[in-house]
Amino acid sequence: MSRPNSNRTNVASPRWVLPLAVAFALGTASIPARAETITVTIENLVFSPTDIEARVGDTVLWVNEDILAHTATAKGDWDVMIQPKKSASLVLKKAGRFDYFCRFHPNMKGHITVSP
Amino acid sequence: MISGTFLPRMHRMAVSNQHIRGIATEGDRAMAIRMTAVLAASCLFLAGLPAWAAGKPTDPQIAHIAYTAGEIDIEAAKQAIRKAKDKDVKAFAEDMLRDHEAVNKQALALVKKLKVKPEDNATSKALAKAAKAERARLAGLKGAAFDKAYIANEVAYHKQVNGALKDVLIPSASNAELKSLLETGLKIFQGHEEHAEHVQAELK
Repeated sequence: MSRPNSNRTNVASPRWVLPLAVAFALGTASIPARAETITVTIENLVFSPTDIEARVGDTVLWVNEDILAHTATAKGDWDVMIQPKKSASLVLKKAGRFDYFCRFHPNMKGHITVSP
Repeated sequence: MISGTFLPRMHRMAVSNQHIRGIATEGDRAMAIRMTAVLAASCLFLAGLPAWAAGKPTDPQIAHIAYTAGEIDIEAAKQAIRKAKDKDVKAFAEDMLRDHEAVNKQALALVKKLKVKPEDNATSKALAKAAKAERARLAGLKGAAFDKAYIANEVAYHKQVNGALKDVLIPSASNAELKSLLETGLKIFQGHEEHAEHVQAELK
């Protein structure tokens, strides 16, 4: 948005603009409540589904069916430890394509595409 | 995998060659000894099929070999947890201890369920003997030298065991549950091999 435009909006704001803006902001804030949880199962050293698509604010839940501890690690972004027979989750905060792997068994690989 | 039955056969071959040629010269004899040593060494480090060419291992033997291979890496990990200096090497050793203990626990539960009695054999014995020698060698090293040697051995050892699992143990296993456990084991240990290689690359 251009600066002169926003200036004009500020100058011309009638009294009802602020409550409206607040209502709009609250509406935006309520989006995460509608966010989805995507489950990835780990069994016999395989993330399944291997490839998932999500939106910022969504949660990924890894369910570890193995007798071994695993991690879901995206270098420089996140590192989630998933204990044997337990689950762990992560709220996706950044858009992009993430290639992740298990630090203990780097032959385990998964991908998440996060849209804004 | 190491061949208990194959090694003596090779030694006999080297000896009988000398007999065929009559009186062996010092050089011949030295060459024969060297060749035997080289062959023995390659048998130790190559996950070769010749070990089982004469007859594939039985399920009780496979169970014993797999369990022994796990125990060996647990012992190596315990030594490394005590001695390692580098934090990544120490963390790797802790990962090995945790994973191999978990896998061996599952293996024990399975053999109990299947009523299979693990049977000691030449391969298990040779593995244990080689591991004992390696532990003694590592015991004499300290600091960064120990870290480097431990990780190098972990890479080589997992390669050797994975080769044996893939080429000999999995194809030979007749019980479906044992085969499936070995297949999962292979995936885990391939992960360890890759992990060890990463740690090794970071050390340099």
